[in-house]
Amino acid sequence: MSKYYLNYLDELESEAIFILREVWAQFQNPVILFSGGKDSILVTHLAKKAFYPAKIPFPLMHVDTGHNFPETIKFRDDIIKELGVELIVGSVQESIDEGRVAEEKGKNATRNALQITTLLDAIESNKIDCAIGGGRRDEEKARAKERFFSHRDDFGQWDPKNQRPELWNLFNGKHFQGEHFRAFPISNWTEMDVWNYIKRENIAIPSLYFAHEREVVRREGTWIPNSEFLILEDHEEVVVKKIRFRTLGDITITGGDESDADTLEKIAAEVAGMRNTERGNRSDDKRSESAMEDRKRQGYF
Amino acid sequence: MIDNNQLLRFTTAGSVDDGKSTLIGRLLYDSKSIFEDQLASIENTSKKKGHDGVDLALFTDGLRDEREQGITIDVAYRYFTTPKRKFIIADTPGHIQYTRNMVTGASTANVATILIDARHGVIEQTKRHAFIASLLQIPHIIVCVNKMDLVDFSEEVFNKIVAEFEKISSKMLVKDVRFIPMSALLGDNVVNRSENMPWYLGAPMLHTLETMHIGSDTNKVDARFPVQTVIRPQSDSHRDYRGYAGRVASGIFRVGDEVTIMPSGFTSKIKTIDLHDESLEEAHAPMSVSITLEDDIDISRGDMIVRSNNKPDASQDIEVMLCWLNNNPARPRAKYTIKHTSNDQKAMIKEVVYKIDINTLERVNDDSLNMNDICKVKIRTTKPLMIDSYRENRTTGSVILVDDATNETVAAGMIV
Repeated sequence: MSKYYLNYLDELESEAIFILREVWAQFQNPVILFSGGKDSILVTHLAKKAFYPAKIPFPLMHVDTGHNFPETIKFRDDIIKELGVELIVGSVQESIDEGRVAEEKGKNATRNALQITTLLDAIESNKIDCAIGGGRRDEEKARAKERFFSHRDDFGQWDPKNQRPELWNLFNGKHFQGEHFRAFPISNWTEMDVWNYIKRENIAIPSLYFAHEREVVRREGTWIPNSEFLILEDHEEVVVKKIRFRTLGDITITGGDESDADTLEKIAAEVAGMRNTERGNRSDDKRSESAMEDRKRQGYF
Repeated sequence: MIDNNQLLRFTTAGSVDDGKSTLIGRLLYDSKSIFEDQLASIENTSKKKGHDGVDLALFTDGLRDEREQGITIDVAYRYFTTPKRKFIIADTPGHIQYTRNMVTGASTANVATILIDARHGVIEQTKRHAFIASLLQIPHIIVCVNKMDLVDFSEEVFNKIVAEFEKISSKMLVKDVRFIPMSALLGDNVVNRSENMPWYLGAPMLHTLETMHIGSDTNKVDARFPVQTVIRPQSDSHRDYRGYAGRVASGIFRVGDEVTIMPSGFTSKIKTIDLHDESLEEAHAPMSVSITLEDDIDISRGDMIVRSNNKPDASQDIEVMLCWLNNNPARPRAKYTIKHTSNDQKAMIKEVVYKIDINTLERVNDDSLNMNDICKVKIRTTKPLMIDSYRENRTTGSVILVDDATNETVAAGMIV
């Protein structure tokens, strides 16, 4: 076989770098949406590669629910320092304090949906015309329909039935004042690809992804971390388990799995043997069959 | 570990009735690419809808409207990996009103799979799918003769369909066509070899996809490097660095190569080829790299670096096969933005030479351009584009048109 072909990880990397450079060339004021999760860390790593030896030429933006894992915030601050880029924080707590949104009530209350308002406010006030996200098409059925360059109207809404066709590698980021785009450079990556690449490149990720001992509560088939934000039911009991998180979100809704995987090699091997999707532990997606589609239409990540 | 695996992109065209969704569901299910929670969710839905057993087709329906109406509206992407390759499926609807989606899914595919219902043989829709695959120059076609269980797994029926298909494909530009008799519903010849069709000596579909040679699909002769952006670090350690960032469209670039910058015509030599902090000796398609040159030349986005002994045509008048993608028909002599590699120019459709009746594949005299129409047109641009023919180069031979009034992508074109 000819040596002039790329293996699949190199091809995915090359595609993502192409998209990131295209965003930089076509937009005035892009940001990377940075949650501290592995996918946004991966996008940031790819952006570093895309513009080297220059610094990443745009800021990272964190939509802070206030319900964070402390490890995530530390990781975020470290990476900002290392890269020498600007950080923009959109605070859900401020949106609540300003009366822009109201806290959800009930047992499984989360700030997940509240992020939409904070995100759209931050996009508007910072005049952002493209928010680069770590969304992947394999994550969820509504995301399987996403474009690399995804248009949002002046209310920040996604119209999945009226998307611009994307052909070859020609991306159309033209938009009117007040509208913006979301760009998804790692659309074509699967969870397994992400882990294989993180392992290959030895990318630093928060310790939460590695198996560690933590106080947790059993809820709806998953281990929810104990935190100051968790309201315990009478029958619920806090126990210590060795767990790791497969995805990172709001601390109140992100469930962990019991695991002994404490190295990247072990994590990759564990993910390869997984029989459930990674969002299976996210209660935000379990609310209805089209929970993600509904949130995305409103402007969610 | 699959470190050296290639990525194969294939497109499926077909309607619900052909069993396309069932085929994809079967590929994913039998290759163990469906997760338990996904399976539980479609089992649940199958039960609610009163289906017998698990309806694998539900696995591919994404948007709420699609699930409710039981149709695919848009291109959906699916992923699976085997020990041999990583696959991306662009799943597109097959009805005539979705020609634009088929064209979209086909634009990046290595392989097109075309489904034929064994009971009905080659129908107009089959012709249309084959035509789109040839128009988009998909290098390989797999014709899946499905529902063989409903024709008693008959070799005679299969051979008749093969002959019918070859009759229509002989008039098109298709290079590599393979035929597989299968039953997606029962799983015959999808992942596992069929025991019902011992007369078929070829490989099942998955094995065919895993072993097909795709290394020759990209153009390795014509070195083309459209510049996306210029990298100029503002740091002391790299004060003089001036890297031209882009993705190799085709061919191979090596350090020391004599290159010409189009359209200015200036020449220089490649000094370095960089990928992050690595310096490479050479770069080929589809690598994203930064190129630095020996000489200080004014180069910006939209320019193209090519090898001096092999240049594309610089032209303001181009002939393209255009597929109209938008609800609003083309306005006569209207101006559009034309996007070609990293180069944006203004353009006008000067003339519709002919339209193709997508069912009969005959040329008709009709100069209207409506959604899903495929026409040969003449386009005039304000400044030259550096073009190759689409047949030789899918990257430098393709364009899209954007309507400045709506900013929507309204047409896709292949340069003749």
